[in-house]
Amino acid sequence: MSGALLSVEDAVVDLPTPRGNLRAVDHVDLAVGAGKTLGIVGESGCGKTMLSRAVLQLLPKKARLSGRVMFDGQDLTTLSAEKLRKLRGRSLAVVFQDPMTSLNPVLTIGTQLIETIQEHLELDLAQARQRSTELLAAVGIPAPEQRLAQYPHQLSGGMRQRVAIAVALSCEPQLLIADEPTTALDVTIQAQILDLLAREQQRRHMAMIIITHDLGVVAGRTDEVAVMYAGRVVERAPTPALFKQMRMPYTEALLAALPKLDVPPHTPLPAISGRPPDPTRPLKGCSFSPRCRYSAGRCSTEKPRLSPAETLEHLYACFHPLAAGSGA
Amino acid sequence: MLFFVARRLLYLVPVLIAVSVLTFVIASLLPGDLAYVILGDQATPENVAALRHDMGLDQPIWLRYLGWLWHILQGDFGRSFRTGQTVWQAVSDRVPVSFELMIFAELIGLAIGVPLAIACAAKAGSAFDRFMTGTAFGMLSVPTFLSAILLIYLFAVELRLLPATGYVPFTEDPVANLRFMVLPALTLGLAEWPGIMRVLRSDMIAALQEDYIALAKAKGLKPSRILFVHALKPSSLTLVTITGINIGRLIGGAVIVESIFALPGIGRLLVGAIYTRDLIILQGVVLLVAAGFVIMNFIVDLLYAVLDPRIRHGHA
Amino acid sequence: MATLELSLDETEAAPVQRRRRLGTLFWCAIGWTVLVFAVAIFADLLPLPSPTDMDMLERRAPISAEHWLGTDGLGRDELARLIYGARISLIVGLCAPMIGVTIGGALGILAGYFRGRFESFVVGSMDVLLAFPPLILALAVTAYLGQSIFNLTCILGVLGIPAFMRVARAATLTLARREFVIAAQALGATHAHILLRELLPNVLLPLIAFFLLGVAVTIVVEGSLSFLGLGVPPPISSWGSMIGEGRESLDVAPRLAFIPAIAMFLTVLSFNLIGDTMRALTDPRQGAL
Repeated sequence: MSGALLSVEDAVVDLPTPRGNLRAVDHVDLAVGAGKTLGIVGESGCGKTMLSRAVLQLLPKKARLSGRVMFDGQDLTTLSAEKLRKLRGRSLAVVFQDPMTSLNPVLTIGTQLIETIQEHLELDLAQARQRSTELLAAVGIPAPEQRLAQYPHQLSGGMRQRVAIAVALSCEPQLLIADEPTTALDVTIQAQILDLLAREQQRRHMAMIIITHDLGVVAGRTDEVAVMYAGRVVERAPTPALFKQMRMPYTEALLAALPKLDVPPHTPLPAISGRPPDPTRPLKGCSFSPRCRYSAGRCSTEKPRLSPAETLEHLYACFHPLAAGSGA
Repeated sequence: MLFFVARRLLYLVPVLIAVSVLTFVIASLLPGDLAYVILGDQATPENVAALRHDMGLDQPIWLRYLGWLWHILQGDFGRSFRTGQTVWQAVSDRVPVSFELMIFAELIGLAIGVPLAIACAAKAGSAFDRFMTGTAFGMLSVPTFLSAILLIYLFAVELRLLPATGYVPFTEDPVANLRFMVLPALTLGLAEWPGIMRVLRSDMIAALQEDYIALAKAKGLKPSRILFVHALKPSSLTLVTITGINIGRLIGGAVIVESIFALPGIGRLLVGAIYTRDLIILQGVVLLVAAGFVIMNFIVDLLYAVLDPRIRHGHA
Repeated sequence: MATLELSLDETEAAPVQRRRRLGTLFWCAIGWTVLVFAVAIFADLLPLPSPTDMDMLERRAPISAEHWLGTDGLGRDELARLIYGARISLIVGLCAPMIGVTIGGALGILAGYFRGRFESFVVGSMDVLLAFPPLILALAVTAYLGQSIFNLTCILGVLGIPAFMRVARAATLTLARREFVIAAQALGATHAHILLRELLPNVLLPLIAFFLLGVAVTIVVEGSLSFLGLGVPPPISSWGSMIGEGRESLDVAPRLAFIPAIAMFLTVLSFNLIGDTMRALTDPRQGAL
C-alpha cells in the first residue's frame, strides 16, 4: 500500500446508540493513489458515509474510530486538531450530498469561498476575490462576478452544488471526497455535475473518492471500485475488471437494481429482497447471506474474508463467487 | 420585500382598532361612573347628572367610543382631571426614561446572555454548560421585584454603593443619571438574560449539527470562525425574535422596576394614575402603551425580514 | 390506540436526557409543593397566631419560641402570614390557569380541529389580547374593576387564554393528521366523539404540563401586583404584599422581605421544574409552540 496518497488501514467505527453498539465501519482497508479515483458503492446505511467522515476526522463526537488513516505520510487519527485543520480544505477537500444544507444560508457565496481561500493561501482580499471568480467560472457558473454577492437560496440546486465544488477546489486539494454529490439533484443535472468533477479531477490531477449508491455513477469515471455492505468492503477491483466480471453476488444485485435515468433518486433497490441486517446485531456469517440467492452451507455460520481471486487487484469476500463470465 | 411591509402594515390597522376598542371597554368596566370618581365627596345627583351630560356620559357606549376615537385620531388623548396635564404631555415627558431603562436592560441581558449561550453551545453537555443552564432555569423563577429588593439590599443598604431610588435626566447630569439607572436596569437585565441564553443556546446547538458546520470544519476554518460566524450568524435572527418577544415582559417589568426605584417613567405614571384613580390618564396610557407595543412588534418583524436574506429576497 | 401513538413519540424523543431529568431535584420540587399545599390547606388547624392580629408592642420582633419567624412591622406573626399568604398565592395561582386552560384549551382544540374561519377568528382575537403587555392589562382591569381576589383571578385567567390556546391548537393540528384520528373519521365517528375521545386525551398531557408552568407565571404576576399594592386588598396577606411591606424595613429587618421571597422563589421554581419535566416527557419537539 505504500505510495498511496490515502490509505485506510483496518478502520473500525463504532457508534454507541440506545439500542447498543452500532458498528458502522467494520475492518475496512482502502487506498487511493495520487491522481487516481476510487468509487465506494453501497446501499444507504452501509457505512460509506461514516467511512468518509472517518477519513475527514469529522465523525460524531460519540463515535469511536480505530485503525489508521494515512494521508500523505501522516496518520490523521493521531494528528493534532490544529494540524488537521491546516490539512482540511487545503489538501483534503469534500463535497457533501445536499447542497441545500451544506452551504451556510446566511453567508454570501463570496464569503464562503473567500474565507476558505484566505484561511489556507496567502492572498489578500482582492486576490481571493479574483480567484473565487475564476473558480466559479471554472465550475460553469455564469456571471460569476455577480454570484459572489448572492446567497445560496438565490441559486438552483445544481448551481449550489457547483458552488460547493468550487469551494472544495479552491485550494487545489490533493484529494477530493465527493459524498453522494448528485443524489440530491435532479436527474438531468446529475451527469453534468459528475462530468464536471471528472474534468476538474483530470485537469488538477488530484485524487478523488466518489461515494455513491449507484454503480452507474462509478462505471466510466473511476479507476477502482470498492463495494460496501453492512460496514465491510465486500468486493474491490479495478473498475474495468469489476464490470467485466463481478464475483460478489451483492455487486451483481446492485447492478441489476441500477436505477434507470427516468427513475427518481433514492429509489430502493427492488431486485434485492429484504433489508440490510441490523448493524447493532451483527450476524455470525456473511452479512449478505439472508438476502443472497446463492447462500448455502457455511455462508450463515462463517464470515468470508476479503481475498484476491485470479488477479491480485480483484478482491472479494464470498464463499460462492459468481462463475467467470456470468457477471453483468 | 415591499409586499411584505405592505401586508404587515395592513394587518396593523385592525389590530390597532381592536386594541382601542378593548381599552375603551375595559375603561367602561368601572362600577358606577366616571362622574362619581371625579366629583368624589361632592357628588349629588344633580351635579353628577350635569357632569355626565358635560362629558357625554349619558350617550350610548358606541357613540362615546366613536367620539373618543375621533379625538384620539386628532391627537387629543384627554386631560387629567387631577393635574390638568394632557395625557400626551404626561406620556411624552416620561417615555425617554422608560426607553432608557428598557434599552439598558436589554443590553445588559444580551451582554450576559449571548456570551454565555455561545460558551454553553460550544461546550454543550459539559459541566459548565449544565451549571449555566441550571442557573438560567433558576433565574427564570426569580420575579423582577425579588431581584430588585435583593439588589437594593446588596448595593444600597449593605454596600451603600448606589442610590436605591431617584432620577436625574441624562441631559442634566449624565453620571448621576447612569448611577440612578444601574440598579433598575440591572434588575430588568437579570430577568432578561436567562431567556436569551436558553433560546440562543439551543438554537446554536441545533445550528452546530447542520451540514454547513460540517463543511465549515471540512474547509479547515478556525473553530472561532465556525462558532462566531457560521453558527452564530444564522442564530442571530433568533436574537431579534427573542428581543421582540421580550418587549412585552420588559414593559411589565419596567412598571414594577420604575415603581420600586422611583423612576419617573411610563410605568410609574400608570401605577400612580391607579393609586390616585386618575382614570383618564390610565386609559390614555394603556392605549398608548398597547399601541406602542404593537408598533414595536411590527418593527421587530420588519427587522427580522431585513436581516434574513431568505425573507428579504421573497423566498420565505 | 391513542396512548400507543403517544408513547411511540416518547421513545423517539431523546430518552437519555429524560432519564437524567427525573432526578433528586424533581422529587425535591414535588416535596416542597406538597408541603406548601399541606400547610395552606390545613392552615386553620395549625396552632398558629392570627395572621391579622396586630401587636404594636411586638413590632419586628426577632425570631422566638412564640413567633417562630418573628413579627412584621405591625407586630403580626410572620409565620402565620407566610402560611396564609401561601393560600392566596395557591388559590390565585391555581384558579387563574384553570380558567385559562379550560377556555384556551377548548378554543385551541376547536380551532385546530375545525380550522377555517373559526380558527382565523380565534387566532385573531388572541392576537388582540396579546397586543397588550400582560401586566399592563392586569393592572388596568383591576384598577377599573376594583381589587379583590375574585377579580384578580379572573383577569389573570383571561390573560392566560392565548398561551393555552396556542398549545392546544398546535397539539391538535399535529394530532388531527395522525392515523388514529383519520381512522376514527373514516369509521364515521361524530365530531363530538373525535374531539372528546380521540383528541382531548392526547392534548390534555401537554396542556397539564403547560398548566404547571402557568401556575408559576401566575404566582409571579399575582406577587408583582400585590407587591405594588394593587393585588389582593389588605389586610389579607399574600407573599407579594409581604415582600412589598418588608421592603420598607430592608435596613432594619431584611428577613421580613427575604423570608416570603424565598418561599415564593422555591414555589415558583418547583412548579417550573415539575412543569418543565412534564413538558419534556409529553412534547418531544421542544419549541414547537
